Amino acid sequence: MYSERILCAGFGGQGVMSLGKLIAYAGMLDGRHVTWMPSYGPEMRGGTANCSVVVADQPVGSPIVTTNATCLIVMNLPSFEKFQHSVSSGGLILFNTSLIDRQVERRDVLAQPLAANELAAECANPKAANMVMLGAYMGLKGAPRLDHVVKAMKKVFGDGSSTLFNQNMKAVRKGMEAVGKVTASKKAA
Amino acid sequence: MKGNEALALAAIHGGCTHFFGYPITPQNEIPEFLARELPKAGGLFLQAESEIAAVNMLYGAAAAGARAMISSSSPGLALMQEGISMLAATEIPCVIVNVMRGGPGLGGIQPAQSDYFQMTRGGGNGDYRIISLAPATLQESAEMMQEAFALAQKYRTPVFIVSDGMLGQMMEPVELNKSRSKERVAEQPWILTGHHNNRSPRTIKSLRLDPAELEIHNLRLQEKYKRISQAEVRFEAYREVDAELLFCAFGSTARIVKNSVDDLHQKGYRAGLIRPQTLWPFPALAFRSLPKSCRSVICVEMNCGQMLDDVKLAVEGRVPVHFYGRCGGMIPEPEELTARALDILSGDSQ
Repeated sequence: MYSERILCAGFGGQGVMSLGKLIAYAGMLDGRHVTWMPSYGPEMRGGTANCSVVVADQPVGSPIVTTNATCLIVMNLPSFEKFQHSVSSGGLILFNTSLIDRQVERRDVLAQPLAANELAAECANPKAANMVMLGAYMGLKGAPRLDHVVKAMKKVFGDGSSTLFNQNMKAVRKGMEAVGKVTASKKAA
Repeated sequence: MKGNEALALAAIHGGCTHFFGYPITPQNEIPEFLARELPKAGGLFLQAESEIAAVNMLYGAAAAGARAMISSSSPGLALMQEGISMLAATEIPCVIVNVMRGGPGLGGIQPAQSDYFQMTRGGGNGDYRIISLAPATLQESAEMMQEAFALAQKYRTPVFIVSDGMLGQMMEPVELNKSRSKERVAEQPWILTGHHNNRSPRTIKSLRLDPAELEIHNLRLQEKYKRISQAEVRFEAYREVDAELLFCAFGSTARIVKNSVDDLHQKGYRAGLIRPQTLWPFPALAFRSLPKSCRSVICVEMNCGQMLDDVKLAVEGRVPVHFYGRCGGMIPEPEELTARALDILSGDSQ
């Protein structure tokens, strides 16, 4: 039974909320039950930001991911230190080595380092580091589907700039390539 | 969409024409959304100077026949209580949303359910009752929002939507029924529209100095509350049929309890859930006919034990009623609930 509990964390401005929304929207288009829940409150104004995403075959009970994440997508060091122990055994930690100069100490999880800021800069938009992380997530998990992410992107970011859209999609593909799953994922899409 | 946005959009499609409010976290997406969208739908959005002003603007607009609503969060609702008592006394149909946060006082801004008393007992004076609808999903939030306007009209009463910071802030898919705003609103032969056609004057008042008259008014209100209690009780029963341990939880807490009920089943224990969808009228009948297998009940709330009173009154001492609560904006994990349930189940089997 499919049940993904994802924690996306970073600092305000890195796009962790949008990253979570994209996984949730695309997961909905994949035909699954989804929820997205932001951290809200004083910590959003300039500090760390995080959101919980649940994607499952069954209706979602608790939308909050704290101690039992199947995946942590983490973009900066304070969030890495705060949340690396929130992942359950056998889970995935996808971490941004551009801003996290540590290694995952745990041996019971799959740790995937990714220099997301540098990879995003190669796609002409260093702000798209979150999209690189999304691509890597898709590459490793085989979901959500690429065409659904395309649709989700229009929903989350609007129909505005096609330049930005193309940069974002380039960054997503970059992330998929970085984890070496681009061929398989393209087929799935 | 976010829970707050689902409520706001459903309000528009429920025929809401007037919104009044004053900002407070965690309900701000409701006024934000309606400030943008309600005027486009031909309605009026007004940010009042305070919660007290907002509730009285609601009173005025609805007395003139508008399909009106206000929304706020816990301490804001406390400020509105005087107006709510007036609305109940004068039988004004309207919808009042409470996206609850931790209390007492200003409390915090994280999700809580510590307004169960405020939503079912009221903070205003007098013998009055208000229908309280408590959604647990965003789909249900949208449906209940539309239903709230229909119930308000049907019984000439204010209706509460009892949400919380979790349901307000989270996103979940929602399918909106867009036909409900077209439902015909029955003639309201009491609304104050000015007697331009020389019709006889109408009065809406809550002051009745003659005790005999006030008693008659009260008894008529009570008769209406009785009709509502008989016709409008709503609850969901989940895996309750052969449950040994029956949970009772509402709103966002019930979502978490469902996870725990499923966990317990996987571990080989029979647990079930009664989820009140109306907090008032409380679904006492769900407990009057407990399944024979039921040996204890546990009430779970994000407060220090408020609905617990109603559960105990409904169970009438037939089985022990336990309680588990988190408060102040802390949210229980399914694992905590499962652990508490296992304690109770092992205690019962001794």
